Amino acid sequence: MGVELFTDIASQYNYLGVVILMMIGLYAMIAKNNLVKKIIGMNIFQTAIILFYVSTGAKRGATIPIIQHGHNGHGHEVIHAAEYINPLPHVLMLTAIVVSVATLGVALALAIKVYHQYGTLEEDEIRGRLRE
Amino acid sequence: MIWELDFIILTLVIFSGIAAITVKDLLSAAILFGAYSFMMCLLWAIMGAVDVAFTEATVGAGVSTVFFVAAVFHTTRNSKD
Amino acid sequence: MRVIGLLIVIAFGSLLRYGVFFFPEWGDPASPASLHVSPHYIEEATAETAVPNLVTAVLADYRGYDTMFETTVIFAAGLACFMLLRVLQRQVPECRLYRHIPTGITLRIEKGGKLPTESGSFERIDANWVPHDLIIKTTARFITPFLQIFALYVIAHGHHSPGGGFQGGVILGAAIIMFAISYDLRRSIQRIGEQATAVLGSAGVLIYAGTGVLCMVLGADFLNYSALAGLMGVDPVMARSHSMLIVEIGVGVAVSAVMVWIYYNLSSAGRHDEGL
Repeated sequence: MGVELFTDIASQYNYLGVVILMMIGLYAMIAKNNLVKKIIGMNIFQTAIILFYVSTGAKRGATIPIIQHGHNGHGHEVIHAAEYINPLPHVLMLTAIVVSVATLGVALALAIKVYHQYGTLEEDEIRGRLRE
Repeated sequence: MIWELDFIILTLVIFSGIAAITVKDLLSAAILFGAYSFMMCLLWAIMGAVDVAFTEATVGAGVSTVFFVAAVFHTTRNSKD
Repeated sequence: MRVIGLLIVIAFGSLLRYGVFFFPEWGDPASPASLHVSPHYIEEATAETAVPNLVTAVLADYRGYDTMFETTVIFAAGLACFMLLRVLQRQVPECRLYRHIPTGITLRIEKGGKLPTESGSFERIDANWVPHDLIIKTTARFITPFLQIFALYVIAHGHHSPGGGFQGGVILGAAIIMFAISYDLRRSIQRIGEQATAVLGSAGVLIYAGTGVLCMVLGADFLNYSALAGLMGVDPVMARSHSMLIVEIGVGVAVSAVMVWIYYNLSSAGRHDEGL
């Protein structure tokens, strides 16, 4: 009963930490005035979601998803699925990291253009200068 | 998967995430974001996702921090909040 | 705005917390995420494709269509940065700064003045040139060849160890960016110009899509690598392994070129004259 309660709290703490990180990123995107801080918030949100997906693929007592004894081309031993960590979330999240760095490049280019046009990076000042 | 290490690094990640959006100097925010990225890479390596950790180490702490510093260099360094 | 932000964050946070409460235990081998397609990948991938690294096998072979569009997204991002920032008319700068190397005197030449010839004793410097950079230059010169060989190793050994096309491509791009930061942006553009990065970026996507079309021409579906077995002269299992290497090379070339392209445009705000 003690071990069950403890692993229950442990898994809830892990998912709670991920939810807290997501909310930090979302708050930065909504409430901060500076454009670069909003971009940092967007990246924090993205990496928190990637952490969430990867942590659903972990297995207790399993090893990394590279088949041992398979290096000489013809590993004919039987492979049990419970010995290796689930590789499917890793594949999907690799694409997500690539897309996040592409989005970061375009967002920073837009921030530089906004600065050249309006002279400031604060959102309320930009809105004021837009009306003129 | 060592759960004690996981908890400590998760707490450190949350603190550096809060710090990266709170400091007023944008260059410090970019460097703190690089530190946040490194800790995330450690967290994924503990959970056994070695390919994802490798990618985040090169992308987040290498190329992404350079892009942020280049953008801060061409705009302004101080922010009002 | 802060009050609205706090309210939204608290509302969504509690909704997510409520949803997470019913999740299966963390690390359970019988959780639904590990049940349907994933045991087939773990047990059969090495027998069907002769690649021990399961993540590379699934990424380049079973889910190769997604990876092709991921490469296209990276190329589209480089193109978007180029179109946003690039200033194509050459503006003559207001004043140029030259430094006489033997004596250390800085010359400032206004617009329309006579520029010194490109001989050994004058070098052109940026507006924020810093002395005592011998350590940075020498270290960068030593490290760059090892970095590039490591990047090629990561691309080529992606079948047996963690790595693959994307990781190796980013390390290769970072080596060129390190050269551009430690020396001069102009010197880096002399070696690898902007046209070369654009052409290499699109060539990477073309290699990937071209492999798929080649499979279609030979009679099988798009990106079904076992159709290339007759062309390569091996059995279908090894043909899948070799074709995965070809598409990983395509991904690596595209990613490294686009990282350098985005850096050129971001660090000089489109003008390509002075860098970081």
